[in-house]
Amino acid sequence: MDLTFFEQMFGATWPAVWTLAKIMAIVIPLLGCVAYLTLLERKVIGFMQVRKGPNRVTFFGLRWLGGLAQPVADGLKLLLKEIIVPSGANRFLFVLAPMLAIAPALAAWAVVPFAPETVLADIDAGLLYVLAITSMGVYGVIIAGWASNSKYAFLGSMRSAAQIVSYEIAMGFALVGVLMAAQSLNLGEIVVSQVGPYGFLNWFFLPLFPLFMVYVIAGVAETNRAPFDVAEGESEIVAGFHVEYSGMTFAIFFLAEYANMILVSTLCAVMFLGGWLSPFAFAALNDVPLAAWLVAPGFHWLAVKVFCVLFVFLWLRATFPRYRYDQIMRLGWKVFIPITLVWIFVLAVWMMTPWWLW
Amino acid sequence: MSFQVLVFYVLAAIMIFAAIRVITSRNPVHSVLFLVLAFVSCSGLWLLLEAEFLAIVLVLVYVGAVMVLFLFVVMMLDINLQRLREGLFTYLPLGLTVALLMVLEIGLVLWARSSQLRDMPAPPPLPENYSNTKELGRLLYTEYVYPFEIAAVILLVAIVAAIALTLRRRKNTKYQDPAKQVSVRRADRVRLVSMPSVQREPEIPPEAGSGASTGEQR
Repeated sequence: MDLTFFEQMFGATWPAVWTLAKIMAIVIPLLGCVAYLTLLERKVIGFMQVRKGPNRVTFFGLRWLGGLAQPVADGLKLLLKEIIVPSGANRFLFVLAPMLAIAPALAAWAVVPFAPETVLADIDAGLLYVLAITSMGVYGVIIAGWASNSKYAFLGSMRSAAQIVSYEIAMGFALVGVLMAAQSLNLGEIVVSQVGPYGFLNWFFLPLFPLFMVYVIAGVAETNRAPFDVAEGESEIVAGFHVEYSGMTFAIFFLAEYANMILVSTLCAVMFLGGWLSPFAFAALNDVPLAAWLVAPGFHWLAVKVFCVLFVFLWLRATFPRYRYDQIMRLGWKVFIPITLVWIFVLAVWMMTPWWLW
Repeated sequence: MSFQVLVFYVLAAIMIFAAIRVITSRNPVHSVLFLVLAFVSCSGLWLLLEAEFLAIVLVLVYVGAVMVLFLFVVMMLDINLQRLREGLFTYLPLGLTVALLMVLEIGLVLWARSSQLRDMPAPPPLPENYSNTKELGRLLYTEYVYPFEIAAVILLVAIVAAIALTLRRRKNTKYQDPAKQVSVRRADRVRLVSMPSVQREPEIPPEAGSGASTGEQR
């Protein structure tokens, strides 16, 4: 692509403009995915509970598109509603909290590799960056609960703070296993180190299986999703930390939750399921035109894997009842952390032996 | 003034402002939040020095974990702001003495090394494929392995001690054993009883028959 014309047009500001354009190219499709993930969730849970889910709102009155316009309608509705600030609330922090929730969920995408060499910021400490950024997401929830000047919201934020801090440790240890196996902190290099002659058998989910499981479950807990959604817990504390939020401020919390879900699924695909790699490594298909493109590594494989992990998230929500709070703490501290510690030790010994095949 | 210098001054100004607000703001929750801001801008300063590992770890450990726990505790405290300010004048002389001592100490150190500090050059830019993280790990586990391990053991002792201090078993707490709960089988909870069905007499009026019918449903 020849960009010299644009370079001359913007002059010295060109690097900034170009970076902004790349950021937009990630964020706008991401927000579209978030919107349609909400529809997918309602549809999937609907089908699991033998009902239809949203099927009325359509584009241009086309009946066979039933439900497809639902996210647009929801977004418009939330955009037009009044934002109510409760009396006695800290106004500045109350408005700041949703922004603190969504900013990390979007910022972490900077280091996610979508395809070979296709990444916004190819930094060496990518894995650490992701951990650091996602750990800041909890501030949105805590500040929202505190600034609302409401007992329910406050209880929700307390629960969320304790839960996220607990599961972050197990998550971090799971990532230490990935770092050991890949010998790199760069997410692109982590994917490349999963290349091998055996296709999907070379991915890290096999040698790191316990860590993979811990990562997926801790990811559900980190994003405050069912069955770990005690921070919302509508049967006990109404809606938890965002009970006082209305209109667009509520919508941003909603966006942040779903953006975080997609982020966790993508990281899971990148670190354990081979990212953009193809599960088939057969040379025989390389001559058939369409099959060769399908089987070649590329962004479509990452999309398929992310979709599968996201489906598991929705499936969990439709299947399991909410955890009791003490059981959440027990699972995090007494089950996951010992599992990850033991497996890191096993992994270290395993990697020194000739039986390490990855 | 290059762009980097501008970024340095902006971050430094935010950091100093946040640090001052930590001790001057009336609400302890605001203090903690300003401390978070100070940490984040400090991390930005370290990034300017190409110490990306330390910068990210600062955010990860202090902002992501330690300050969350701080906030957790501070929010739970029922703090009376009036009472916090009561003893200000009685403690002021002591506080001022300590502050003066600290300023004096820092001044002495700076004065003693001032000749070197004054023309301290900016650190030279590192080569393209230099990995801060790898280099740090190599140093920690080769040259400084004993101090590092000793520090780790001290931390472990602190963790064990903290848990031991707070661990107490109250006599009359009720708690479940999840292992037991999980291993429950149907036979432990439900008993299937085979009862012969009762043949209802046709001449009994409906009022008298209602009592007998409950047995049939089991």
